[in-house]
Amino acid sequence: MRIVVDFDLCESNAVCMEIAPDIFEVRDDDFLYILNETPDEADRARVQECVRRCPKQAISIAED
Amino acid sequence: MTESLNLSSGSVVIVGASLAGLNAAEALRRAGFEGQITLLGEEPHLPYDRPPLSKQVLAGDWEPERTALSDAEELAADSIDIRLGEKAAALDLVSRRLTLENGETLDFDGLVIATGARCRTLTGTENLAGVHVLRSLDDCLALRADFEASPQRVVVVGAGFIGAEVAATARGRGLQVTMVEALANPLSRVLGDEMGSVCAEMHRDHGVDLRTGVGVDAVVGTDRVQSVVLSDGSSVDADVVVVGIGVIPNTEWLHGSGLTLDDGVVCDATCSAAPGVVAAGDVARWPNELFGEMMRVEHWDNAAAQGTHAARRLLDESVEPFAPVPWFWSDQYDRKIQLAGRVRPDDEIQVVTGSLQERRFAAIYGRAGRITGVLGFNRPRHVMRYRALIAQQASFEEALAAEF
Ligand SMILES: Cc1cc2nc3c(=O)[nH]c(=O)nc-3n(C[C@H](O)[C@H](O)[C@H](O)COP(=O)(O)OP(=O)(O)OC[C@H]3O[C@@H](n4cnc5c(N)ncnc54)[C@H](O)[C@@H]3O)c2cc1C
Ligand code: SF4
Repeated sequence: MRIVVDFDLCESNAVCMEIAPDIFEVRDDDFLYILNETPDEADRARVQECVRRCPKQAISIAED
Repeated sequence: MTESLNLSSGSVVIVGASLAGLNAAEALRRAGFEGQITLLGEEPHLPYDRPPLSKQVLAGDWEPERTALSDAEELAADSIDIRLGEKAAALDLVSRRLTLENGETLDFDGLVIATGARCRTLTGTENLAGVHVLRSLDDCLALRADFEASPQRVVVVGAGFIGAEVAATARGRGLQVTMVEALANPLSRVLGDEMGSVCAEMHRDHGVDLRTGVGVDAVVGTDRVQSVVLSDGSSVDADVVVVGIGVIPNTEWLHGSGLTLDDGVVCDATCSAAPGVVAAGDVARWPNELFGEMMRVEHWDNAAAQGTHAARRLLDESVEPFAPVPWFWSDQYDRKIQLAGRVRPDDEIQVVTGSLQERRFAAIYGRAGRITGVLGFNRPRHVMRYRALIAQQASFEEALAAEF
């Protein structure tokens, strides 16, 4: 599982960071950073929650 | 009889094919529900996202297609039977049957009420061309067409979040804008006067002619609007008027059903309105146990989360209470304004980072020793951090001492 964020859509509102702060971080420059692009399978449910809750539909999961 | 639905059979009807309804449908499938799901929507469109309607779509930057929340293939893959252009007209809880406006009936085992809300209008303006509200994609395209016709002046009635966004988008298109607000400052009834005045200055700095403390006495015109007469006696010429004076939950179709209606469908703490009936999104009122009060929330995040929660409640009556910290964003000019929590204008307010002058700050709100909310202007990270503290019911002191 690899996390893909469409940065043209992302508006840094940090919803994903609230759900998974170990994977997503919005820093002081107001940009989103992906801290861990390939999280463990154990994190899948949380990442899926981020995908669903992102108001911009900016996050997707690539299976490669 | 148990209240919960059987996972492998039965049928769920979801009324309202928008954010809350779609999230409920998808959540039912994720939870393993294999029965029939019917998603009923009055609008002719597949589920779409409303926030861009006052922003990118109205600005002309996005075509309407980009607002799609789902498409026919995705819905078919989840076996969600979507029926558009069909309106629920009555609910019979005893026979568990819906009657549609076209006379057809639909039986259900589980029902999700997600009919959202519609805009308040100014009475007497219904047949006047150039007067708009903004709730649906069709509203947005009609307003956009009027914006594209190079009007001389746009008058926005009400400086709430929707009105403020419309004003900002209209200025972005180079249009002349007058915004009329009955309160002393925009949003002061929510944010308090100090933060309301930050909003007021922002609009004025962007060239909006903001008139506060005045109401609208009359909208003048024969076929098309010509001017707006204000309560201070002044008159503003206008060829486009946008009315943003709040919304009314869509509950008329539930009159006589036996459900409790009081500015929304009244639910218990888990979003249940009656056995096998749940409600979610802008139409639902429920006791949020985190704040110990009844609330009805008109925000994107709430509609998505509550739709999911309500679906889980249909399948499992022992689901936990729905007790989120309400949160929303609003994009105005180059500012991203976010508010989380449940604030009152007389709460104690403290700026915790940045400054009001720069309009880049986070301010926390407190009452009775507890943090009640956080307001951010271009400070999303801080808003989310403080939102977590609100969820933990942190004290105001703890929140003040926190460093993010
Ligand atoms: C212009 C605009 C901008 C916004 N911007 C933001 C923002 O920046 N941030 C934010 O947090 N929130 C924003 N919101 C709010 C957010 O979009 C709403 O909270 C959300 O759409 C609520 O979803 P819902 O599914 O509960 O209701 P709705 O989206 O209102 O959907 C209800 C649906 O039910 C249908 N319906 C009603 N009655 C019936 C019936 N009897 N039978 C069948 N169907 C029926 C309606 O036609 C509608 O399609 C904005 C809203 C608007 C209008
Ligand atoms: S939730 Fe979506 S829009 Fe918000 S920061 Fe994360 S990816 Fe960006």
